[in-house]
Amino acid sequence: MTGRAAVQGPAEVLVCADGVRKSFGLLEVLKGITLDVRRSEVMCLLGPSGSGKSTFLRCINHLEKIDAGSITVGGELVGYRQAKGKLYELKDHEVARRRRDIGMVFQQFNLFPHMTVRENLVEAPLRVLGEPRERAGAHAEQLLERVGLRDKIDAYPRQLSGGQQQRVAIARALAMRPTLMLFDEPTSALDPELVGEVLDVMRDLAEDGMTMVVVTHEVGFAREVADSVVFMDDGVVVEAGPPEQVLTAPRNDRTRSFLAKVL
Amino acid sequence: MSETRVARQDTAPPPSSPATLQVVPVRHPGRWLATAVVLVLLAMFVNTLLTNPRFQWDVVGEYFLSASVLDGLRRTLVLTVLSMVAGLVLGVVLAVMRLSPNPVVSSVSWFYIALFRGTPLLVQLLFWFNLSALYPVLSLGVPFGPSFVSGSSNAFITPLVAALLGLALNEAAYMAEIVRAGLQSVDTGQSEAAQALGMARGHILRRIVLPQAMRVIVPPTGNETISMLKTTSLVSVLSMPDLLYSVQIIYSRTYQTIPLLIVASLWYLILTSVLTTGQYFLERRFSRGGTRSAPRSLWQRLAAGLLVRHSVPAGASGEAR
Repeated sequence: MTGRAAVQGPAEVLVCADGVRKSFGLLEVLKGITLDVRRSEVMCLLGPSGSGKSTFLRCINHLEKIDAGSITVGGELVGYRQAKGKLYELKDHEVARRRRDIGMVFQQFNLFPHMTVRENLVEAPLRVLGEPRERAGAHAEQLLERVGLRDKIDAYPRQLSGGQQQRVAIARALAMRPTLMLFDEPTSALDPELVGEVLDVMRDLAEDGMTMVVVTHEVGFAREVADSVVFMDDGVVVEAGPPEQVLTAPRNDRTRSFLAKVL
Repeated sequence: MSETRVARQDTAPPPSSPATLQVVPVRHPGRWLATAVVLVLLAMFVNTLLTNPRFQWDVVGEYFLSASVLDGLRRTLVLTVLSMVAGLVLGVVLAVMRLSPNPVVSSVSWFYIALFRGTPLLVQLLFWFNLSALYPVLSLGVPFGPSFVSGSSNAFITPLVAALLGLALNEAAYMAEIVRAGLQSVDTGQSEAAQALGMARGHILRRIVLPQAMRVIVPPTGNETISMLKTTSLVSVLSMPDLLYSVQIIYSRTYQTIPLLIVASLWYLILTSVLTTGQYFLERRFSRGGTRSAPRSLWQRLAAGLLVRHSVPAGASGEAR
């Protein structure tokens, strides 16, 4: 197994991870992750908890620093600059600039509770991208329309249900017009009956051609929407490939026993 | 068992239909007794206020708006405002230092807080006032190098400067802990989400973390301000004519001790009431989005008889100074 997600088509590689290693203290959580995500690809990361999939996702936008290897997004290293065979860590504002194009959705939504839905959506476009207020506002309304929450624009996050908050969080990430969206277990904190509405929004995004990396436990979603599925365990990529292969006819024993438990 | 019950219900005549049953609330004779006792004590208190001539209410009225009392009041206010502002600014700096990844910076902040919280304010005030005994000459210049300006400590350390130094530096230690608690109360997911949106650190602190931290910072800071207003009375040991020292000067001359202490107390009470009201509105401002329902206006709350009084959060303030 090479560990590279095999995807048909000549689309260009957007995310390229090469030998990514990461330790927390003595615990090595990523032991050399190598995989590519192509433009417009939806990749689902599956695996038991503690397998390193969330950590890997957070490495992609440099919320976690990596210890070895490299990750590039759109051909650019995210938290580092390469010179003379070494990687130099970037300064805070340089990292911030490279993160603009990468949207992220968290398990706990992490909406800003002191701001209304509208303010949540326009804060970064206004103050990070410097968009004019009318443009950012119109975009916010359009995005809320898309996630079906146009009428909640003046609500505060705590007045919304979990599913609604997560849809707002997706809209907030999209407000930066990202080229890549990262989802860190976006439905794990939701009541079962609210999972569907969030997955619908994500499905809609995927159909629109957004490049997405999704850490999830929703095998059904992976089967239906993903172009590639990566199964991770104990800090390594155990198996990767199209969903029909990994989910239906897994070649690896660990993948098989995991799927037997979650299905 | 259940059969017999059913049988009994069938045979016994129904007492009356549930709709006509009268509900009798439980009686609380103890409450009536307590009310009576409190009312009697209250009557005694009002009676003594009105009938004991030694309160000398006419003297209270005479001095309440006198020039020297108002002068003292002004000094008390100036001291309170300046010390709180300086304490707040230095407190934020110390809190950020305390949370710094640099161990030297964070231990300096830790040591400062330990030193200024660990010694009585009165001692600190006297210490600053007597600084000239330690450093007769103060100068400004390059460390270990030449000095540009220098002068006598006695000329620089006036009672006002000593009072401000003592109050502000002491307050900073308390404010540092309040601000630190506030900053740490904000979930790390908030700054992660902000980082993921490409915001830089200063932007995140200013727009995301601090506004949320304010909900935790404002109530104890209000208490600190109220406490500071009263603590300024300590500066009377530096012969600084604040509100308390001004009335002391008067009653040392006229021997009308009680009425003049009442004058000072009334002014302190008025000022703390004003501050409490201000605190209420500040808290409302920073509780936006804090609850699922929209905040009610002051009038709505009054109408509902629910005007909440803000109690001292545990550990945030109110420690013996």
